[in-house]
Amino acid sequence: MSAHARPAWMEKPRPLTQAAKAVALVAVVLLVCVPFLVILSTSLASPEEVVDNGGWVLWPTEPTVQAYRDILDGGIVTHALGVSAGVTAVGTLLSLFCTVTLAYALSRPGVFGGRPVLLLVLFTFLFPPGMIPSFLLVKELGLLDSYGSLIFPVLINVFNLVVLRGFFQSIPDELYEAARLDGAGDWRVLWSVVLPLSKAALAVVGLFYAVAYWNSWFYASLYLESDHWPLQQVLRTYVVAGSGLTDAATSEGTVNAPQTVQMAVLVIATVPILLVYPFLQKYFTKGVLTGAIKS
Amino acid sequence: MLPGLGYFLLFHYGALAGNVIAFKDYVPFDGIWGSPWVGLGNFQRMFQDAEFWDAVLNTLWIAVLQIVFYFPVPLALALLLHTLTWTTVRRFVQSVAYLPHFISWVIVVALFQQVLGDTGLVNSYLGDAGLSTVDIIGNPDAFRPLTVAQVIWKDAGWGTIIFLAALSQVDEQQYEAAAIDGAGPWRRFWHVTLPAIRPVIVLLLIMRLGDILSVGFEQMLLQRDAVGPETAEIIDTFVYYQGMVGGDYGFAAAAGLFKGVIGALLVYAANKVAHRLGEQGVYK
Repeated sequence: MSAHARPAWMEKPRPLTQAAKAVALVAVVLLVCVPFLVILSTSLASPEEVVDNGGWVLWPTEPTVQAYRDILDGGIVTHALGVSAGVTAVGTLLSLFCTVTLAYALSRPGVFGGRPVLLLVLFTFLFPPGMIPSFLLVKELGLLDSYGSLIFPVLINVFNLVVLRGFFQSIPDELYEAARLDGAGDWRVLWSVVLPLSKAALAVVGLFYAVAYWNSWFYASLYLESDHWPLQQVLRTYVVAGSGLTDAATSEGTVNAPQTVQMAVLVIATVPILLVYPFLQKYFTKGVLTGAIKS
Repeated sequence: MLPGLGYFLLFHYGALAGNVIAFKDYVPFDGIWGSPWVGLGNFQRMFQDAEFWDAVLNTLWIAVLQIVFYFPVPLALALLLHTLTWTTVRRFVQSVAYLPHFISWVIVVALFQQVLGDTGLVNSYLGDAGLSTVDIIGNPDAFRPLTVAQVIWKDAGWGTIIFLAALSQVDEQQYEAAAIDGAGPWRRFWHVTLPAIRPVIVLLLIMRLGDILSVGFEQMLLQRDAVGPETAEIIDTFVYYQGMVGGDYGFAAAAGLFKGVIGALLVYAANKVAHRLGEQGVYK
């Protein structure tokens, strides 16, 4: 209760106000948490219990991980999980590299062509190329049905670029000058001076990229054959759009109720986000706002 | 700088050039440049196409509903969080509220199906209580409110971030001075808080108006089958179905280009208005 400090001038709120606030806050927390709990519980329940209960379970009486065993058995979900993890890891690293180098060049005054390039980049934000021409381009580049089609067309996000550029610009000029005097080249300055000072911004931008790659399904549905699909697209096809997961997902036919299996896929698609989220959450306000306000 | 620049030249300007197919009758075999020109033929067809105008109307409908019903929610939530003096609770609620922003639309739609669907949580309770069940997911009449609810669930928490930042910039001394002058909580809200964050509210509203032709493509595409195109078709899904599904590439590219041009003009105009009002806008 020690953090409960009210400024001296502020009077104690009336009980009615406080009650209304408390109700609103509890409602917000429940609205976010209950759907996740339902999904998790249903995935851990036995198929019989799910059927008895009409399709969902709020608290499984006898938790079982059978559904997870079934889908992680070398079938389509296991494969999709690998695709998603790979695309997310490779894509995030490539995106970070390209965004950092371009943002660094655009953040230094006097770089040759800096201003026109910046305008060129900002214009794409105003006028995106459109779905059909982008698809035809990917097709003509021969990227169809390759994992590169999930990465290259979305390599740099202009918002992330602007955030990083703003962050780099906020680093005092004296530090750059000092590094220069010590004889450091651009790469050296970037690596030893700029990046260590930008950890918060890098963490946030990295998270944004990773989440975008992990969550992407539409491009996969356009560009990839179904046996190369990432997890979200598998989820879309078998959970949101309908059925058939049990046959396709498991290496052998099972008697599992599709519901528990579907919910297990949902959990697997959500868990990585929940895992990285707490570590990066503290950087959000700092990272996003320094970049956004600066630009 | 070079890899990033190369990316923009190839995947943005290269693709942008591909928009010439909007003026062609695209034949895959002949490629983009070999296909015959049709001038404004695709656009003429589009302007006479009733389905296209339905999609435009749906887009505007959904955008207006979002502005009216979604826009105030992050603001209200931010004010609620800002007036909490108990920082532990405040941080916890903030963390929980930001989270859905990072969940994919596929998962959000699946969650809504699970809770509001035929056999979902809500209907099970209604059934157990002896009440009649409601079909929310597959019901065209409920579709628009449903999509707004989904947007609120997913992004309202995240949307508070910018308002909270603006609120944290308000000078504490102003509150103190107002309190000494005898202003109660409501008067302080009207005369200190609101004027301080008004620029951010106005700016975000203008920007949203400039972006009015864009409402969640993935969200609509995922749920279009459940309720049919009459209510769920927006310009972006129209482009997708005409082009990617129907194979009518030139026609779909024309619709996409139409949206791009109008959208860019609107964003540009919105930014100009923001400048007039003395705000920074999204770009200078």
